[in-house]
Amino acid sequence: MSLQFVVDGLLAGSMIGLGAIGVTLTYSILRFSNFAHGDFMAWGAYATLAVVGAIGAMFGKIAPIAPLSFGWPLIAAVVIGMAITGLLALLLDMVLFARLRAKGQAIIVVMASFGASMALRSLLEFIFSSRPTYFSRAIQIAMPVGFGIRITPDQIALLLLTAVLVLSVHLLMTRTQTGRSMQALSQNAALARIVGIDVAKVVRVTWIVGGALACVAGVMIGILIQIRPFMGFDMLLPMFAAAILGGIGSVPGAVLGGLIIGLAEAGAVQLIGAEWRAAVSFIILMTVLFVRPIGLFGVRER
Amino acid sequence: MDLLGYGAFFLTTALIFSLVTLGLNLQWGLTGLFNVGLAGFVAIGAYTSALLTTPDDAARLGGFGLPILVGWFGAMLVGGIAAALTGIATLRLRSDYLAITTFGVAVVVQLVALNAQKLTGGPFGIGFIPRPFGGLAETPLLFNLSNLAVVSMVTLIVYLALEHLSRSPWGRVLKALREDERAAISLGKSARFYRVQAFAVGGAIMALAGALQAHFTGFIAPDNYLPALTFQVWVMLIVGGSGSNIGAVIGSILVWAIWAGSGALTSVLFSPEQQARAASLQIVAIGVMLCVILLVRPNGLFGDRPRRARFGKRAKEAPDESIAKS
Repeated sequence: MSLQFVVDGLLAGSMIGLGAIGVTLTYSILRFSNFAHGDFMAWGAYATLAVVGAIGAMFGKIAPIAPLSFGWPLIAAVVIGMAITGLLALLLDMVLFARLRAKGQAIIVVMASFGASMALRSLLEFIFSSRPTYFSRAIQIAMPVGFGIRITPDQIALLLLTAVLVLSVHLLMTRTQTGRSMQALSQNAALARIVGIDVAKVVRVTWIVGGALACVAGVMIGILIQIRPFMGFDMLLPMFAAAILGGIGSVPGAVLGGLIIGLAEAGAVQLIGAEWRAAVSFIILMTVLFVRPIGLFGVRER
Repeated sequence: MDLLGYGAFFLTTALIFSLVTLGLNLQWGLTGLFNVGLAGFVAIGAYTSALLTTPDDAARLGGFGLPILVGWFGAMLVGGIAAALTGIATLRLRSDYLAITTFGVAVVVQLVALNAQKLTGGPFGIGFIPRPFGGLAETPLLFNLSNLAVVSMVTLIVYLALEHLSRSPWGRVLKALREDERAAISLGKSARFYRVQAFAVGGAIMALAGALQAHFTGFIAPDNYLPALTFQVWVMLIVGGSGSNIGAVIGSILVWAIWAGSGALTSVLFSPEQQARAASLQIVAIGVMLCVILLVRPNGLFGDRPRRARFGKRAKEAPDESIAKS
């Protein structure tokens, strides 16, 4: 067994983990599992693609930054894409989820998110067709780094980006007033209201952070694999599994869960074949539910 | 004549959908269990029955050439067991975990259908599934009408059985659990046990519907059981009104009419290369419809009385209705 699966697993795990942060935050703060989260990824990727296209139309062809496959237009586009995806999440909350939440039935919100997911994904299919597209068709040469492992410059850059993002979300959650309000709301909503936490603001921040990270994960998939309308929906099960494995509400847990699932998937691809990849997260999910339903870093619900 | 034949064919399909919806209504409408992987249970039924009844095939396991009825009962049994296992794994946890797990079940069933060639025929599916009245296939009208008769019978039996169940002490426990879990438990009812039962029976009905469908088309493939199926059935239940069996049946026929009608419309209005895109617009419209109904009229056409909100927020909205019906 070659050690290449470590790199593949870490990359897959980064994408899953970034998505799972959003899932775990929505679940713990808004108290529902959002089936539309995968589609935020796809929307983020397509939004970024559209912005890259617009920049290309305005400034002409721009050479990529030395060893990478992309240049500054993509970097600028991701930032805009993150904002767009965050706004999309906010908009969806405003017209749909918030109103249903006000009625007080959590599981109806889950169903609505399922309907929204279907609509969002099909809308992408309608606008961009279901044919896969790419940010760049250039093929990168993978550099050997020893132990039989090869890695491309893009992959290194994206792993570093993931680390930076995860660290900043962690700092946001633990070192800022907003982050502490988010934690308070997830641990005890009633008490959080009593001490005067601005719930509406916390909800907004949750959606924006979740949407922005989903966009980055979607763009990562777009750079390393391809962009297609179903890309996010296919990530849904690994993301849920990662969030539950890590413990609902825990940002480091979601990332660690994502990495574990990514590595397990990559290992399984080498051992039993790529076609069974999607079953890995289901097996992990079931194991966690039977053995330790609160996950690695979870707290028992009150 | 053609129109009558098409009408029979349309109703047959709609009634098979309504069987799935009835199963979902038992799980969600009556018991409050959220199943987002029902396509997986339908697929389990279809494949089980196909394996049991098809003639021997060297390329895969089986078939066993058994009578069609054996296939249908086998489908219900396997579908019920699969649903029971899903329930046992998750029903002691928060309701969202059941949703996520059923979603996973559908993904895994889809994977098995696609990749376990020895069992399921892989992406090409299973053909030569025996059809009841296959001998009548020469005269399409008679064939369609006899199919309709069989499906109507099965639907009627399931419908009456469910009506009876929901009025029985068993059904009342389920409703009690849905409305106020703590009160029901304090009366000595095991919430988890009853819920697993309801989930298993619902899964068995879905599997039966899958088996029926397989035997009327004579051919099944993994593509028949995509998440879009789950979504369609949910819309049918919500439109009809969850909690009501008659609503489930009528909602299914209505939504299937809208679906088939708009499908026919897009095939007339759009050129062949635009059809795939038009079809996705159709799904967008139905998805928006689901969300709008949830917002505006959460009880659908024939919905059960409003559930009591956990903290009594909605109690003041419809106090009379809940007294009148209980």
